[in-house]
Amino acid sequence: MSDLSYKVIVGLEIHVQLCTRTKMFCGCALRFGTEANSRVCPVCLGLPGALPVMNRQAVEHAILAAMALDCTVAEFTKWDRKSYYYPDLPKNYQISQYDLPLGSHGHIEIPLEDGTTRSIRIRRVHLEEDAGKNVHAAGNFSQVDLNRAGTPLLEIVTEPDLSSPEQVRALAVELQRIVRYLGVSEADMQKGHMRFEPNVNLVIDRAAQQFKTPIAEVKNLNSFRALERSVAYEIRRQLDDFLETGRTMQMGNKSTRGWNDVDEVTVLQREKEEAHDYRYFPDPDLVPVVTTPQWIDEIRARLCELPVRRQVRYVQQYGLSAYDAGVLTADRSTADFFEQAVGAGGDPKRVCNLLTQVGLKLAKDRGRDLPGLGLEPGAVAALAAMIDRGAVSASAGNTILQAMVETGKKPEVLAQELNLIQKSDAGELEGLVDQVLAENAAAVAGVKEGGKKSQKARAFLVGQVMQKTKGQANPKVVSEILNSKLGGS
Amino acid sequence: MQQKIDAQQVRKVAKLARLDLTEAEIEEFTGQLGAILGYVEKMNELETTGVEPLAHCLPIHNVFRADEVGASLGTEKTLANAPQRDESFFIVPKILEDSSA
Repeated sequence: MSDLSYKVIVGLEIHVQLCTRTKMFCGCALRFGTEANSRVCPVCLGLPGALPVMNRQAVEHAILAAMALDCTVAEFTKWDRKSYYYPDLPKNYQISQYDLPLGSHGHIEIPLEDGTTRSIRIRRVHLEEDAGKNVHAAGNFSQVDLNRAGTPLLEIVTEPDLSSPEQVRALAVELQRIVRYLGVSEADMQKGHMRFEPNVNLVIDRAAQQFKTPIAEVKNLNSFRALERSVAYEIRRQLDDFLETGRTMQMGNKSTRGWNDVDEVTVLQREKEEAHDYRYFPDPDLVPVVTTPQWIDEIRARLCELPVRRQVRYVQQYGLSAYDAGVLTADRSTADFFEQAVGAGGDPKRVCNLLTQVGLKLAKDRGRDLPGLGLEPGAVAALAAMIDRGAVSASAGNTILQAMVETGKKPEVLAQELNLIQKSDAGELEGLVDQVLAENAAAVAGVKEGGKKSQKARAFLVGQVMQKTKGQANPKVVSEILNSKLGGS
Repeated sequence: MQQKIDAQQVRKVAKLARLDLTEAEIEEFTGQLGAILGYVEKMNELETTGVEPLAHCLPIHNVFRADEVGASLGTEKTLANAPQRDESFFIVPKILEDSSA
């Protein structure tokens, strides 16, 4: 392996289920967990004479997502039939978009670990219908449930711009945030709302020669973790395979591999000997879509600041850490609430700590979002101000926030009721400090000695004062008094 | 006629359409499909420079419906024509990986 280096090349294909009430081309309800084959109609079954009609909401959701991904939205687009045979596809074709996708030539900005972002090109975004579900039961039969058949799906295809498993994951997570921000998908991984298919290969440089390994497409990924690990696995596997066999990319040796979540390996499903012949042709049952400037403007008005932009802004404008900014912008309602509390006068860092350390935990325990806790943004700002001026300690602030959620009372009232007002009165505390100094001559001597011991002794004395006040003294004020009496800091 | 359809192409199309044809049928359809293509070939005589490709034969677009729930058939009716069923599921012969190759 002396002078060998390699680059990882990954393109990602993502299917996102849109959150409409009904299916793409008929009025059957989209509901998770209903009786099998109960949400099916002649359109879903492809019965003779049934006519599909476009769901306007699904088309608008798709256009909005395409805009957020910085795509050129097609002025004219149409529907095509993609023919293949599978039991979950009763019509024997899937309605999709072939040569005129709704969106093309876009970008998605993904956050990197070092706090910067990277732009990944989007090749295309198109709308299509989902197939049903095959349940591979034991025995010689498979069960078919067509409730999912006809669900609107957004297919997003990136250019092969991703160069590590971490970036692949970051893109997937960012896309989830975007579609949730836009309100076009619940993007619930557990319910299969997002499905990922990475195409992975390596460009290897060895002895002044360049080699490309055969592309593998990985399927059956239903979590961010599986996505990231499968790409990491493919990198190792392809490198090993190249070193062992020297196989390189050729026409027709792209393969499809399935992820095995238990063993954490990819398993060969098929070597593509020839490209699938899907015999695409325009669907005569559906008329084209023309996006007028007026309609596009209407949809564009629903765009919002994208999460990654917001995250970067929180770091720059409020001085938050990239991590905290990421937590606050993970969903739109949390970020909105945070900004309302800051707008009401709360210090951004203080409000951030209250929300991330207490608020989000309480919301999660109750199965709600942050605004669902019923907190007033102004009350959270008031609590933050109380902590800032030392009226209550930071940990007492957390206790008060929890009590605010439980009782709906104001922070000032709760601080009194719970006896959490911090003693910051220098005069009162000075007496206590003198008392502690008199009782602990050894520690006082330790402080005066200097060196490492000095710090320890100083902390001990502060602790003694805190104990006398049952933890209600403001430690900052106590330290200041101590310093003035003993000198140094 | 520039391209004449051959038996090999008919076999391929039949495979894609999951049709099991006999040798006699392949021969028969090779002739018939060739004749149809020859007939359509006449279109090539038209001058189409500057004519936009047509995506749909009707001069209409943007026919939408509102996102409102309508009636479904319900499980019983949906399964009424199923050759085989298992409670509320259709039943098909066990699906093997890559049935579409």
